[in-house]
Parts: sequence; C-alpha cells; structure tokens
Amino acid sequence: MSPRTINFTLNGQPVSTAIEPHRNLVELLQRFDLFGARESCGQGLCGCCTVLVDDVAVSGCLYFGVWVDGKTVSTVEHLDADGTLSPVQQAFIDAGAFQCGFCTPGFVLMAHQLLKQNPNPSDDDIKHYLAGNLCRCAAYPEIIEAVKLAAKAVT
Amino acid sequence: MSRVGQSMPRLEVRAKVTGRADYTHHLHLPGMLHGKVFRATVPHGRIRSLDTAAARAVPGVHRVITGADIQKLIPQPYYGPAFHDQPILAIDKVCHVGEPVAVVLASDPHVADQAVQAISAEYDELPAVYDEVAAMAPDIVVHDTLKPAGTFADLKHLKGRSGTNVALDYHLRRGDVDAAMARADRVIEHTFKTQQCLHLPFEPFVSVAEPGDGVLTIHTASQTPSFVRTEIARLFGWPENRVRVKVPHLGGGFGAKVYVKLEALVAALALMVRRPVKIALTMEEQFYVITKHPTTFRIKSGVGNDGRVTARACEVFWNGGAYADIGPRVTQKSGFTAPGPYDIDNIRIDSYALYTNRTPAGALRGFGIPQLVWAYESHTDLIARELGIDPVEFRRKNILREGRPQASGTAMADAAIAEVLEAIAARMRWNAPFDRGAGTIRRGRGVAIGFKASISPTTSVAIVNVSADGSTTLYTSTVDMGQGSDTAFAQIVAQVLDIDAEDVRIVHPDTDVTPYDMGTLGSRSLFHMGNAVRLAAEDARGKLRALAAAAGLPEGTNYPPADVFKKRYGMQAGNVIGTATFVPTYTSPDAQTGLSDNVTPFWMIGGAGVEVEVDTETGAVRVTRLINAADCGKPINPGVARTQLSGAAIMQLGFTLSEIMLLDGGQVTNASLADYKIPGIRDIPPMENELVEAEQHSGPFGAKGLGESGTFGVSPAIANAIDDAVGVRITELPITAEAVLRALRQQQGRPLEDE
Repeated sequence: MSPRTINFTLNGQPVSTAIEPHRNLVELLQRFDLFGARESCGQGLCGCCTVLVDDVAVSGCLYFGVWVDGKTVSTVEHLDADGTLSPVQQAFIDAGAFQCGFCTPGFVLMAHQLLKQNPNPSDDDIKHYLAGNLCRCAAYPEIIEAVKLAAKAVT
Repeated sequence: MSRVGQSMPRLEVRAKVTGRADYTHHLHLPGMLHGKVFRATVPHGRIRSLDTAAARAVPGVHRVITGADIQKLIPQPYYGPAFHDQPILAIDKVCHVGEPVAVVLASDPHVADQAVQAISAEYDELPAVYDEVAAMAPDIVVHDTLKPAGTFADLKHLKGRSGTNVALDYHLRRGDVDAAMARADRVIEHTFKTQQCLHLPFEPFVSVAEPGDGVLTIHTASQTPSFVRTEIARLFGWPENRVRVKVPHLGGGFGAKVYVKLEALVAALALMVRRPVKIALTMEEQFYVITKHPTTFRIKSGVGNDGRVTARACEVFWNGGAYADIGPRVTQKSGFTAPGPYDIDNIRIDSYALYTNRTPAGALRGFGIPQLVWAYESHTDLIARELGIDPVEFRRKNILREGRPQASGTAMADAAIAEVLEAIAARMRWNAPFDRGAGTIRRGRGVAIGFKASISPTTSVAIVNVSADGSTTLYTSTVDMGQGSDTAFAQIVAQVLDIDAEDVRIVHPDTDVTPYDMGTLGSRSLFHMGNAVRLAAEDARGKLRALAAAAGLPEGTNYPPADVFKKRYGMQAGNVIGTATFVPTYTSPDAQTGLSDNVTPFWMIGGAGVEVEVDTETGAVRVTRLINAADCGKPINPGVARTQLSGAAIMQLGFTLSEIMLLDGGQVTNASLADYKIPGIRDIPPMENELVEAEQHSGPFGAKGLGESGTFGVSPAIANAIDDAVGVRITELPITAEAVLRALRQQQGRPLEDE
C-alpha cells in the first residue's frame, strides 16, 4: 500500500511523515527512534505498547499509525523530557516495581493516567485500572506500592 | 555507600522507567532483512513437497530459504546442548506442529509475513505420540537414531541408539527398597501429573546476525551468550573468535532463552545473503519454541505407623517434546532430588527423558523441580493424612537435617530445610485455631517445601578493570534479565574494593570482550559468577597494592587508586586488571548407582504456606494468603531478593491455577495471551515473602542463588490446602475450578458427565 503523509504532535513537537496505512503506531514511533512502546502480545492484551493519543491510552499494536493524523501523541519518553523523572517514574524506582523492564513503560503511562483521574486511588482502584497491563516477571505487588507512593508524592 | 547486604535499586532503573533500556527487540541495522518463518502444520510427517515459488514471486521478497538450502552451507545443521537433534530448518521430516520449515527474507517484515502465507507444503503424515508414558513404548518413534552431543561424557553411550524415544534414563539405587517396603507397616502409592506450560517472556525470542570481515556478530536475546558462540562456531567449523555474541538487556527469560534458539537460523541466513538478518518472533510463535516438561510421576512410600518413611520408589517420566534441548539434564539433575527433602534410607529412582511430537521442553524456572515438588509434597500430605499425623509434624519427623546424606549420598550442608519449614509454620500460626468456613465456602491451609541442587560441572570467569582515575568496570557474560545480577555483582566489587556499588560500571555480555560464563540459568549466577567476581575484585585489589609498592608507597598506606596510578606512571595512565575463574568441585554420579558424594556446590530451599477458600458449588479456589520462604544464604541485596521470591511464586501460581497449553491432534489451540491465562494484577493474593536467615559458607559473602526457590512449594501447598478445606485431592495441574468441581461431585457420589 502506498504511503500517506500525516502530521501530528509527537511529545510536544509538530512532526510530519509518510507511512503506509497498514503499519501500526509502534512501527510509526520506531521511525522516530522511540522504543518505549513495545509490541509483545500483538493483541492489545499486555499493555507493553501503551501510547497516549489525545491523552487517551491506546494499544499501539492495534492502532494504525495513520490514525494519529492531526492528533497529539505522547509516549513514555515525554515524561522526563526536561531530564527529571516524573513522580511516577521515581516511585517505580523506589518501590522496585519492575524486573526485566519490558512492560514498565506501559505501566508507568497507565499509572499517570490513573492518577490524573483519581489522585488518591485505593488498592482496588489501582488493580482495576491496571488490569489491562501484564507483567511476566510479576512485579505486581511492587507496582501497586509504586502507584500509592506516586499518589503521595503528587498530592 | 551501597555494599553487600544492603537493599539498593537496580543499576539500570533509570533506563527502564524511561523506556530507554536497550533490548535486542529494538535493534535495526542498515541493510537489514527481516525473516518470517513458515512452520509445520502436522505433528509428525515426512515432507513430500515444499513449494516456495509463489512466495518468491511476492514483490519485495529477497529470498526464500529451506532446509535444503541450509544444508548446502552446513552439511550437518543439527544443534542442541545435550543432543545434536534439532535441524536449523526441517530436513525431510517434521516432528512437531510449528517446527520451522522455511524462512522468507524481505526488507519489510510485513512483506515477509505475507509471502510466508504463499508457501505450501505437503506431508506424508506419520503416527504421532504426545503422552510421556505412551512414549516409553517403541511403537511410535520420533527420531530414527539418537545423536548425543559430545558435550556430556555420560551421554556418549546413547550414540546411534535407535528404536526408542528414551533420550536419557537415570537410575539411582540406595539401600534395599523392596525389603524395606515389605517390612513397612503401610505402602502408599500415588501418581501425579503436570501440564505443558511455557515461559512467555514479554520480549519474545529475537536474534540478529550481522556478517562482517572475518567475524559474524550475533545480537540476541539469550541467557547463554558463551554457549551460543561455541555452538555457532561448531556448526560452521570455525574457531570461536570468529563468532561474536552480544546481549543487551533481556525482556525476560525464565529459562526460555538458554542454549540456541533463533541464533543458528539467523547466522546461517546472514551468511547466505551477506546482509544482516533479524528474526523477531510473535507471542504466538513462542508456543512452538520451548515449553516446560509435562510429567507423570509415580511415587510409592513404605511408612511405619510411627510416621517414619523407610522406603521410597520414584518413577518420573519427562515429556521432552520433539527435540531434547536440555531435557536429559533436567531428567538427571532433578531426578536425584525426586524423593524430596526427606531422610529416607532406601530409595529407588527411575527418571526418563522422552521424545514426543510436542513443542520441545526445556528448563523453566526450577529445572524440573516444581514438577517433582508437586508430586512429593502432595504425596507427603496424603501419607500424613492417612496416618492421622499433622502434616507439619510429619515433615518434621522425616526432614533431612544438616549433615545427613541426601538420596544421592551427598551430605546436606548449608541447607536450611527445617528453618524454612518452621518459618512458614510460624507465620501461619500452624497450631492456632483456624476458621474453616461454613456453608458453601470452606477454608483450608497447606504447606509444602522443596529443594534443588545447583548445576555442576560449570565454569565462570570475571574481569575487573580499574582505570587510571580509579573508576571500575566489571566484565562478565552473565545476562541480567531482570533478576538483578548486574547490581549484585556491583555490590560485590564495591565491597572488595571499598567503593560505591553505583560507581561500578557493568559491561553487558559481548563475547569479544566479556569472558566465558556457562550461562545465566538455574539460579547459578549469584553463587558461581558471584564467586568469580569476588575473586577477580580481590585479584585487582592485590594488584593495586603491588602497584602502590612499585610506586614506592609504603605498605598499608591508604592512597586512592588514582594517586597510585599517577605516582607509578607519572600521569593518568594504565590499568589494573583483576581476573578469576570459579569452578566448584564436583563428583559425577556413578553410572550404575546414580550416587555421588559431591553432587552439588550448594542447595536451594524454598517453601510455601497457603490458605484457600473453596466454593463447593462452583469448585472455584481463592488463595487468600500465600507465604513464600526461602534459604538464599546471606542476601547480597535483600530488596531485590524479596522481589525474586515474590515473582517466582506468582509465576508458579499461574502454572498452578490457570496456565495450560492445550493440544488437539498435536495443534496448540490456545496460542495467545487471550486464551492462555497468565496471572494479572487482580490475581495476586495477599503475600508474605521471607528470606530465612542462613549462610552459604562457600558462596560470595555467604550468598546463594534464589531465582527459582519461590516456585517450589506453591502448587502442592495449594492442593494440600484444598484437600484440607473440602477433602478432595487434585493430582493433576492446573487446578481449575472445573477440576475441583469434578472432584467434589465425585466425592458426593454424583459425578459430572464428561463434555
């Protein structure tokens, strides 16, 4: 399929590129050397490919790249754009909330979304909100702890 | 100052939370081709025809490669750590569904994918065998002749053997089992089974081969870079120094990424097309690479009415799938611990590694131990129940104490078996009253303990480099896949050289630079490589002192290394290189008796205590409390150690309650995360993780490996708790609600009809 030119805002910068309509958002981001969104299960079940499009979390593996035309895209890489870790990122470090780190960007982004909507989530709120992210190393207890730590740091 | 014994965050935390950690998954090289694999659709068959013409005609396809093409480059393209049985691409026949038959290469992976759909193959189907016990009979034979690798001396006698699926049989004889059984007050026998399940690292298998001038570089998500180098060099008939293997961060491994997986394939392809070649598998394809052995374990014990086990006979059948991988080693290494951590005078073990027409099986977080513990700890509980003895008390009576010989004849040393059991019992308040529930929700509790020997013979080499400004770099081929080995090693170097662990730089495996290591597997790194790292750092420390003496500094002065270099060389110049090789002592088991007085460099001990609620109307089991305890010696980094214990236990919770690879006529019917259910954040029970105080005197600063210990006790502790709650016994994993409901209805005399 022939490429289509799209314009969008990527981590705060206006960008333009040509991409074939069958390529997904993860592939699109790789062209910009952004590798924090990772395709793992390929079915939108694990959350490793989480990306924010117009501030809504989407599974980058199931979301066509051309769909971001005219939209605002934020990846995990925007969180420390100024060189400082976000409170959520710092909390993930402090709680030891990952092992291999492959799924971590997805969890970090979703934790940000959760805290925006609910600054003081209970354990159940956290589990419910993060149910779409999987971690094979099973750092779940530490992830729950990290989100609570981040909530404290933000408020 | 972070040193040994202190919790500190992993060194690479910043890269991981910002999404900038490097994984092979991300690697893109100029001119790189992507390979997509055409896979067998039948479980066992001769390839009658293979038609790649339509695929070659797809615009954008660079080349299509088959097994015959590979053979032109490598006449004997068979690989494997124990047997050279696995072809790089199928030759003449296929032995399991999903076996790689051909590869399409294209610059665009979508084009390669599309072209794979255009390949067609026809097979003359052969009868297939899937069950490990059925595979004992020679009616259906997966491989015409056995081809053991030269790597292991004790497999050589199997060379050329034909008409059998038994890749390895291990036998242990101790005392007189038959006589002891005849004298015993009771003889109790059970059979337990485990299912096929798999690792599913979230970074699926991925390898890139890059041809260069006189050297082939392989970038790969591997736990065993040194082995990959040796094996690829062997396949090509090259010296090792022409193969360079590089491993960045690994997105999970769990035993999947050991030995050769995609590396031989990408290496051969890259040499054929003289361009870099990358193959990145999908999650679905991981179901056709490597799995955990399904097992059948027949266990029989002779027991006195006093509660002492006097004899035990173990027959274990390991379903190794179509290619042996490391299965024969699992069969032997795990085999000799099959009677459990109990002091039994008369023991007979027969352990068989079997070929079947399933996806191959290898090592998965425990090297066969969780399958064994499932059986012997379920059996132990059932014996206690039959004798009317409290299950914890029954274990206390029989447990292997320090200094007593284990089944193999090796005396237990630095093995905190009793301490782990007591830690669990104390946390559970085992002797306190327990709420057993009421109505349709019944509560129960159970414990289980297991143990494992470490791998041997095995070699680890480390290099510590102190630069002229005093900064320090560590070179090892250990792969940090999330277990925290980089950080633990930095802590060891820091302790020896009196510096900050945060200041130690770790060079990730690159066989051009980092020295040999057998592999990151079997919880071996902290002990084996940890010892090598400690010795290398001590070597560097000694050389720094010598340098100070050569610079004319008086002995015992405390000059910073930077000043010593400057004084010795007149400027900021030079290096101090500390090196060490660690090889533990080992005695191979006797071929006839299976006995050895030095069978392992250290013992790992893990156990679990569980409370459950069982819904008697639906069979649903809810784990309401999970206690994990392990002996990890003196932990180097207690914080990371606790997360290893917790992560292993949760993984085993999945293997216990939900995970099973379903087969229909050899076809996997649930090859996706949608249908193969791994634990999610809502499946985690309230957990407590305890590192039992202990010391491994031969370990670095008293430490030993831990990555697998959290898996040992979980499954049988849950089955024991279910029995405690509702009086039914589940003998096969996974323990689904359906399995429990069927058992409950059977118990009530109104069995459910089959589907």
